[in-house]
Amino acid sequence: MSTLTTQDTLTPLFEGAPADFSSERALAKESFYTQGLPAVKAEEYKFTQIARKLEKEISDFNPAKPVSITEEMVKTAIFEGFVGYILVLNNGKLEEELSQLPSEVSISALSNQEIGSIAKPSKDAFVALNQASFVEGLAISVPKKTQVEKPILILSFAKASAGQVVQPRIWIEAGDFAEVTFIEKTILLGEDKVFSNQVVEIKGAINSKIHYYRLQNEGDQAIEVSNIETDIQKDSQFTAVTISLSGDMVRNNLNLNLLGSNSEGNMYGLYLLNGKTHVDNHTNVDHTIPHAESNELYKGILADQSRGVFNGKIFVRQDAQKTNAFQQNNNILLSEDAVINTKPQLEIWADDVKCSHGCTTGQLDEEALFYLQARGIDKTQAKGLLLYAFAGEVLEHIEDESFHDYCVSLVQERLGSKF
Amino acid sequence: MLSIKNLHASIEGTPILRGINLEVKAGEVHAIMGPNGSGKSTLASVLAGREEYEVTEGEVTFKGKDLLDLAPEDRAREGVFLAFQYPVEIPGVSSTNFLRTAVNQVREYRGLEALDAVKFLSLMKEKMKLVEIDQKLLSRALNEGFSGGEKKRNEIFQMAMLEPSLSILDETDSGLDIDALRIVSNGVNQLKSADNATIVVTHYQRLLDYIVPDYVHVLYKGRIVKSGTKELALELEEKGYDWIKEEVDSAATV
Repeated sequence: MSTLTTQDTLTPLFEGAPADFSSERALAKESFYTQGLPAVKAEEYKFTQIARKLEKEISDFNPAKPVSITEEMVKTAIFEGFVGYILVLNNGKLEEELSQLPSEVSISALSNQEIGSIAKPSKDAFVALNQASFVEGLAISVPKKTQVEKPILILSFAKASAGQVVQPRIWIEAGDFAEVTFIEKTILLGEDKVFSNQVVEIKGAINSKIHYYRLQNEGDQAIEVSNIETDIQKDSQFTAVTISLSGDMVRNNLNLNLLGSNSEGNMYGLYLLNGKTHVDNHTNVDHTIPHAESNELYKGILADQSRGVFNGKIFVRQDAQKTNAFQQNNNILLSEDAVINTKPQLEIWADDVKCSHGCTTGQLDEEALFYLQARGIDKTQAKGLLLYAFAGEVLEHIEDESFHDYCVSLVQERLGSKF
Repeated sequence: MLSIKNLHASIEGTPILRGINLEVKAGEVHAIMGPNGSGKSTLASVLAGREEYEVTEGEVTFKGKDLLDLAPEDRAREGVFLAFQYPVEIPGVSSTNFLRTAVNQVREYRGLEALDAVKFLSLMKEKMKLVEIDQKLLSRALNEGFSGGEKKRNEIFQMAMLEPSLSILDETDSGLDIDALRIVSNGVNQLKSADNATIVVTHYQRLLDYIVPDYVHVLYKGRIVKSGTKELALELEEKGYDWIKEEVDSAATV
């Protein structure tokens, strides 16, 4: 157990928590102290020493107070071409004045939702920490048969002085036949490191369709643990696309529970890392019932001394016959010092299933590079072209055109392959 | 146009080319033949600038410039084109975008204006006819899932688009059926002019029925051991390479 747990360091965080959800908070706090922050050898966090990082970088474990956010800042944060709704979070707290919310969706401060029923505090210490000490949460409910035609852009502004803690907590519910798309983008203000520990619980009812896109590009200030857990029912669909471009240390826990037949879960991710950025994607798909499908594709390009971790777990329960589960993780290392730890983990208890997984790690294809050069294409551009072709496969899964184009431009800029 | 003098090249310390001399002038077609492992493909690769090969001796000038001093992309821009023996499949890169980038980078180097989308497409349409290549193929990723024949046709199509002054065809006939061979050769012949030259690297005489060479050279153990006209190719077809090997090997032991 990390010393952060054994000493009183975290006390201000629990003391700063409001009085609501008292029983949920108490339960979570107990669960947190039972688990403790992951120690150096903790299997699930062994490649991502987040507790050690916190010990080193975060000096003040008070919850970060809301800061001043202007209309101008919101405007700047919206990417070109975006058409849709805006939801502004200020250190996790909803800013209604600055938001443009869809009238057909109920969006309010978290009050009587069954928090912790999807992301269970007993399963992960960071989930427990968030549940015990988040300041103010957000609840989004899309009524049944409501198709929100334009995406909802969640602009999550965060600022901490001398390293404080931001813990956004979001509850999303989509009713039967509801459809909704979220785009989450975090903006870090100020210069100091921010420890963000987010929990998003998503509940998709029968025949619902939810897209959850995320862009992580906050620069070296970001120390982040993100926990997204989704329960989806019969005939529903959930798609997550996670694009990670920068950060100090980022850990994404993405858990998907397929609870109804004919449900489909898709998880896509791209991590394009340089400097000393460390990004860890831990995903978990739980096939509990027959006739469900999951697709997973994560790709990484790692330069400099960056480090990537991919751990993809697919769990197929005994009842989950006729499951289709596919997983793929491909990596390109551009430097001798870049490291990737990748691990597919399949646990299959049913006997009539189609499951496949594969992972590759390699360098840029020299033969392909020479081929492009032999046609007159500049070497740097040829490299960019090949890397972009590799990364593009993930970006194709972003259905919202403006967000897709925005990500493409960020990726191309990074790869030097305007084309 | 191309002058190769005493060219020696090795890969990972093993010498492959041991003193090649060759002069190619505009308007000429040269065939390089030879048994497997004689260094034919190495010669093609060294001319195109493949990095694995180290030139240990000799010089190559192309249109008066030191070719060996240029990066592969600059050789292409100067007008050297290598049709690959094994064209590379590149998923995710669309054939059309790739070609437009290539054509415009080559044009820029040659001081020509970049082609806009409309002009580029019309140029493409015109050149597509040469090798009877289907537009559908070009809307796919570069060479991805192409058959052997389609890949080779795509090579000649790219050649047509880039308008090189020196084309090097590396075993372009390998893996082609007779129809594809005819189509590919037709394309090459139509692109031939008094201003450009072609080097055809092949193991078999078959291709030379279609692309008729002015000169035939036999490469063996990294040297050109015999040169002649197209009749030499026919003689090789009839008698095989053994008589040449014997001639060379016995001369060496004397």
